[in-house]
Amino acid sequence: MAVAEIKTTKPQTGFAEFWFYFSRNKGAVMGLVFFLIILFVAVFAAFVAPHSPSVQNRDVLLLPPGWTQGGQWTYLLGTDAVGRDILSRLIYGARFSLFIGLVVVTLSVISGVLVGLIAGYFRGRTDTIIMRVMDIILAFPSLLLALVLVAVLGPGLVNAMIAISLVNLPHFVRLTRAAVMSERTKDYVIASRVAGAGTMRLMFLTILPNCLAPLIVQATLAFSAAILDAAALGFLGMGAQPPTPEWGTMLAEAREFIQRAWWVVTFPGVAILVTVIAINLMGDGLRDALDPKLKRS
Amino acid sequence: MTHVLEARNLTRDYHIPGSLFKKAKTVHAVKGVSFSVDQGKTLAIVGESGCGKSTLARIVTMIDPATSGDMLIDGNKVDIAKERLTPEMRQKVQIVFQNPYGTLNPRKKIGEILTEPLIINTNMKADDRRDKAMAMLKKVGLEEKHYGRYPHMFSGGQRQRVAIARALMLNPRLLVLDEPVSALDLSVQAQVLNLLADLQDEFQLTYVFISHDLSVVRYIADDVMVMYYGEAVEYGSREEVFSDPKHNYTKTLFAATPRADVESIKARLARKNAA
Amino acid sequence: MSLFEIENLVVEFQTAAGPFRAVDGVSMKVNAGEVLAIVGESGSGKSVSMLAAMGLLPWTAKVTADKLLFNGIDLLGLSPSDRRKIVGKDIAMIFQEPVASLNPCFTVGFQIEEVLRIHLGLDKKARRARAIELFDLVGIPNPAERLGHFPHQMSGGQCQRVMIAIALSCNPKLLIADEPTTALDVTIQKQILDLLMRLQAEHGMGLIIITHNMGVVAETADRVIVQYKGRKIEEADVLSLFESPKSEYTRALLSALPDNATGDRLPTIAEFLSDDQIFAGAVR
Repeated sequence: MAVAEIKTTKPQTGFAEFWFYFSRNKGAVMGLVFFLIILFVAVFAAFVAPHSPSVQNRDVLLLPPGWTQGGQWTYLLGTDAVGRDILSRLIYGARFSLFIGLVVVTLSVISGVLVGLIAGYFRGRTDTIIMRVMDIILAFPSLLLALVLVAVLGPGLVNAMIAISLVNLPHFVRLTRAAVMSERTKDYVIASRVAGAGTMRLMFLTILPNCLAPLIVQATLAFSAAILDAAALGFLGMGAQPPTPEWGTMLAEAREFIQRAWWVVTFPGVAILVTVIAINLMGDGLRDALDPKLKRS
Repeated sequence: MTHVLEARNLTRDYHIPGSLFKKAKTVHAVKGVSFSVDQGKTLAIVGESGCGKSTLARIVTMIDPATSGDMLIDGNKVDIAKERLTPEMRQKVQIVFQNPYGTLNPRKKIGEILTEPLIINTNMKADDRRDKAMAMLKKVGLEEKHYGRYPHMFSGGQRQRVAIARALMLNPRLLVLDEPVSALDLSVQAQVLNLLADLQDEFQLTYVFISHDLSVVRYIADDVMVMYYGEAVEYGSREEVFSDPKHNYTKTLFAATPRADVESIKARLARKNAA
Repeated sequence: MSLFEIENLVVEFQTAAGPFRAVDGVSMKVNAGEVLAIVGESGSGKSVSMLAAMGLLPWTAKVTADKLLFNGIDLLGLSPSDRRKIVGKDIAMIFQEPVASLNPCFTVGFQIEEVLRIHLGLDKKARRARAIELFDLVGIPNPAERLGHFPHQMSGGQCQRVMIAIALSCNPKLLIADEPTTALDVTIQKQILDLLMRLQAEHGMGLIIITHNMGVVAETADRVIVQYKGRKIEEADVLSLFESPKSEYTRALLSALPDNATGDRLPTIAEFLSDDQIFAGAVR
C-alpha cells in the first residue's frame, strides 16, 4: 500500500509556536515580565519587604519618600499616617490583589463556563431563560451591582470577591455560549455523536477543550478588572477593611492626605495602575498568539 | 439475501417557524427516496448542492430522523424519532465527512481520537484499545509515530485516512462517505480511493458514496442514484446510468462535466480554428 | 511583445518555522488573446504567484523577480498608487469564493459602480447605464432590479457572474481567474466557463485560469503550465500536454484521473516519484 505523503514543514511543538507569536508583541512580553516580578514579590513578601506592614512606628509618621528632603532611605516610599512603611504595605498588598484576582477569575470562569455550556449546548428555552438572566445582570452598572451585593452580604474581602465574580459572570457565559454554539455543528462533534458519545462526554470532553482560547484571554483581562473592582470597593469602604494592606483600602485611608502627603495616595494608585496595565498587555499578547486568524502563515 | 441497507420512501421536511415578518415555511429536503444496497457493494449518490444528498446521508447515519418512510438496516427497522438507538445499531453505520480539516478534534491526539469509539462502546482494556487503534492506523497507511500527534500536523489526505480509520474502529456494516475526496488534491484523491477499495475488499464493507464528481463515481460505484431537488431522478447500475441516462437532469449533468481526454481537446481546437 | 511576462519570480513568507518559499523561480509569458492555464495541486504556489504579480500579498511576503512586466511596464518598480491605476483596470482578477469575495454590506450595484467611479470617473447616470450593460453581458436576468440586491440574496453562480462583470467593467487587457468554478456546482461551472471563454474571445483579452481540475484545463486552455511546490514542472500547448506529457509528474497527474484508470487501482504519485525526482524531471 502506498505510504502516506509527508508534510514539508517540520511541525512545531505547541508551546514553541505559541511563544513565537507571543514574543512578537513587545508590550506583551514586558507585561509578562512585570507580572512575574509582582508575583515573585507577592510570594516572597516576607523576604523582600524591608519592614512589617502592620507595625506602627510613632517616630516616623507621614515621612516623605527616601529621595526627597526629610525622607529616610529605610522607608523608601515614605510612611503613612500611623507610621507604617508604604513600600512594605504595597508588597504585602500585592498578595491580596493577586489573591483577589485569582479567586474572582476562578469563580467566574467555573460558573460562567458551566452555565454557558448548558445554554449553548441545549439551546431552546433553557438558553433563552439563561441569557435573559444574564442580560438583567448586565443591565446594571457593574460597580453599583457589586456595591449592592456587598451591602447585602456585609462589607469584607470575601463578600467583595463573591460580588465581583457575580458581576463578571455574564461575560464568561456569553463567551462560552458563543464558542459552544459555533463548535457544536462542526464535523468532529457529529463524528463523536455517531461514535455513540453521550451528552456529558460531548459537552465536557469534546466541545469544551476547543472553546478555551477566548476564555483564557477573557480570564486574563478579568483578572485585572477584578483587581480594579476590588480596589474600587475597598476605596468605598465596602471591600477589604483596614488595617488590611490592600491597595484600594490604602487609597481609602489616604483620601485626606492628597494635599499634604501626596505619597500616601500616589504609590498605591501607581501600584494598581502598573499591575493592571501589565496584565492587560499580557492578555492582548495572549489573544494575538492564540487567535488562529491573526496568525502569520 | 437481506440488503444491508434498504430505504422505502424516505422523506425529510424542515419546518422553518414563521416570525413577525416572515411566513412559516416547510422545506422538503428529501421527497420519497427508495433504494437498497447489498453487502460489499457501493451505491453512489450524485447531485449538486441543495439536492438533499447530505440530508439523506444524515438520515442513513441515524443522526437525523426521517419525517416519514422506512429505513431498514440488516433487515431491522430503524426510526430514531420513535426509540433510542441501541449501541449495537449505533455501531452498524459510521460516516466519513467531506472536510478533512474539521473532521478531527483539534485538541485530541490521533490515538485518543481512534480509541474514543472503543471507550464509549466497549469494555476493552486500555492496552487492547491501543493495540486495535494502532493496527487500524497502520491499515490506513499511516505509521506508529503518528499515534501521539495532533491533527494540525497532518495534511488533508492524512486526516481523511484517520477519519476512515476512526469510522472503522467499531467494525460497521455500512460506511457512509459524504464527498470524502472532494476537498483533496488529485494525487491524494487517488490514494484515498485506492485505500477505500482495499478496505472494502478486506472487510466486505458496504459503501454509500456521495459525490458530485462523475469521474470518481464512474470509477468506484456499483449502483448509481442521481438526486435533484430532493428526488431520486435516476437509479440503476453504473453501466445502465452511464451508458443510457433516462432523465433530462442526468443528461444535463453528464454534458456539463468537463472532459479531460485528447479527443475532446482536438474537437474544441478544431471548432475554435473554424470560427 | 507579450502582454504579461514573469521571469524568475520568487515569493518568500516569514513563518513560525522559518522562511518558506511559496514560489521558487517561476517564469511565464501570456500574449493578448491567449488562454493560459496554470494547473497544480495545493501548495504548488499557483495562486500566490498571481497575487504576487498584482501586489496583493500581505507585507510578510517578500517578492522578487528578474522581470515582471505588463504591457512593457515594470510592475515591481511601481509605487502603490501607480499600481492601483493598473490593477483592477487593465489587469483584473476573479477569485474562488464568489459570495465571500463581494462585500456583504453593500449592494452589488454599489460595488460595480464603485469600480467604474474610481477607474473611469463616470458620472452617476453613466455608471448606472454601464452597470446594467455589464450585467446583461454576463447573463444576469433583470439587471436593473438586480443592482439593488445584496450578495447573500444571490446564488453562488450569480455572484460569480457579478464578479466577472466587475472584472470586465474597465475592459481589462488581462483577466486572471483563480479557481473560478471550484466552489460551484457542475452545471453552473459549465455556464461560467462558457461565459468566460465567450467574453475572452469577444474582447480579445489575455486569460489566465488557475485550477487544479484537469477537465477545466482541457476545456479552456491554449497553453498549460504545470506547477508543483512552487516550481514550474512543464509548459506546453494543451494538446501536446494531454497527448504526450513530457515530465513524469504530468504523466502521473493524468494517470491519476479516475477517467484514465486502467484496472482496479489508480496509480498514485507517491508510489513512484519523490520531490527530487519531480523537480529533476521538470521540462522548462
